[in-house]
Amino acid sequence: MSAAVLRLSGVTREHGQGDVVVQALRGVDLAVLPGELVAVMGPSGSGKSTLLHLAGGLDRPTSGSVVVEGRDLATLTAAQVAAVRRRSVGYVFQDLNLLPSLTAVENVALPLELDGVRGGMARRAAREALDEVGVGALAGRFPDEMSGGQQQRVAIARALVGPRRLLLADEPTGALDSTTGEEVLRVLRARCEAGAAGVLVTHEARHAAWADRVVFLRDGVVVDQSGPAAAAESLLPAGGVG
Amino acid sequence: MDTAYAYFVSMSIRHGLLALLQRGPSHGYHLRAEFDAATGATWPLNVGQVYSTLDRLERDGLVVQDGEPDSDGRIAYRITDVGQAELRGWFASPVSAKSAPRDELAIKLALAVTTPGVDVLRVVQTQRTATMAGLQELTRLKTRVPDDGELAWSLVLDSLVFRAEAEIRWLDHCEARVARAAAERRSAAPEQPAPATAPLPSGKWGRR
Repeated sequence: MSAAVLRLSGVTREHGQGDVVVQALRGVDLAVLPGELVAVMGPSGSGKSTLLHLAGGLDRPTSGSVVVEGRDLATLTAAQVAAVRRRSVGYVFQDLNLLPSLTAVENVALPLELDGVRGGMARRAAREALDEVGVGALAGRFPDEMSGGQQQRVAIARALVGPRRLLLADEPTGALDSTTGEEVLRVLRARCEAGAAGVLVTHEARHAAWADRVVFLRDGVVVDQSGPAAAAESLLPAGGVG
Repeated sequence: MDTAYAYFVSMSIRHGLLALLQRGPSHGYHLRAEFDAATGATWPLNVGQVYSTLDRLERDGLVVQDGEPDSDGRIAYRITDVGQAELRGWFASPVSAKSAPRDELAIKLALAVTTPGVDVLRVVQTQRTATMAGLQELTRLKTRVPDDGELAWSLVLDSLVFRAEAEIRWLDHCEARVARAAAERRSAAPEQPAPATAPLPSGKWGRR
């Protein structure tokens, strides 16, 4: 059984001090394995976005630990956390994912180039990533020459280009019609089945249902979860069979 | 089909009457009026159904007669420990999409909010988790239909998907309404002021 790509243990995040402390998250445990897509569902204010920010190293927990690819973010310097973000974590947001002045392949190659990968190699990896999400033919197009669904596919390719395999998606189908949104979720799901670990934050049950496991968040607490993977995970001891 | 429906109705009346008796002993005529009030008269009962159900509940040990008949000859019934256990089990288990018309869920929630000692938010979450598991199952079926696959079949799946989604949205709505009502009750009850600094709420999912 492979190690979790993302592991949150006892994560609490408080904002404010003293009498006005607001607990955005309270004692959240969550592990996401390679090949697994986990949806986090909750109303606004339930702590979904806080959870995603913590998982991506954009925010730090008040207590508890966030471990990405075996590295406890709390033990790293800011520069090291930034490196983990570049090399291990990819984001897909509702919109504004792509730089409008770059073509699809340039957008996807950008995080690799920022990390010091040479231009030619970065582009080759970017083309492969675009092929994997079914938009290889659009490599030379600019974002405004693509549909919303195509842009989200490019964003998924960029999130998982190179060695990165933790994909954090925040309402990635928000601006799309239901059929196009479903295609994007199909791609997301396929990339997870190919080995990535995905966290999908959504308030839409129909979208969450594409996940192996759905975690219900209410007022910063995980109140329940559904899905067979949850049972398997909780039944197996850490480092168990397989 | 008719037999299954009749079975569902009789089972739901049983649990409905137990829920009403959880508030305190009552007689059949009064129970009928209470049932109509609790469920918005969407599912009217006749007095005969109520009395025959009470007879069966008494036979099964879930209720007992409470004292002698009154001057009009009406017999009050009281819920037993066994009846309370049966009722708890009903509230704790989700309504299955396969076994019952969906009305049972609305009836169950209507009774949950009017029955003392029921954790309504837990009832809602239990149902949401079960409905979500069904929705995940439907979505898995969809992934097996190839893009150019059978359109008719995938549209049928979609209809089930959207129905399950609607149910979850309705549950979300119920939860928000219940939470708001609880907050209003708290603020209207000055003898129990909320501790100013307590980070942990008294309610199940806490404060907003």
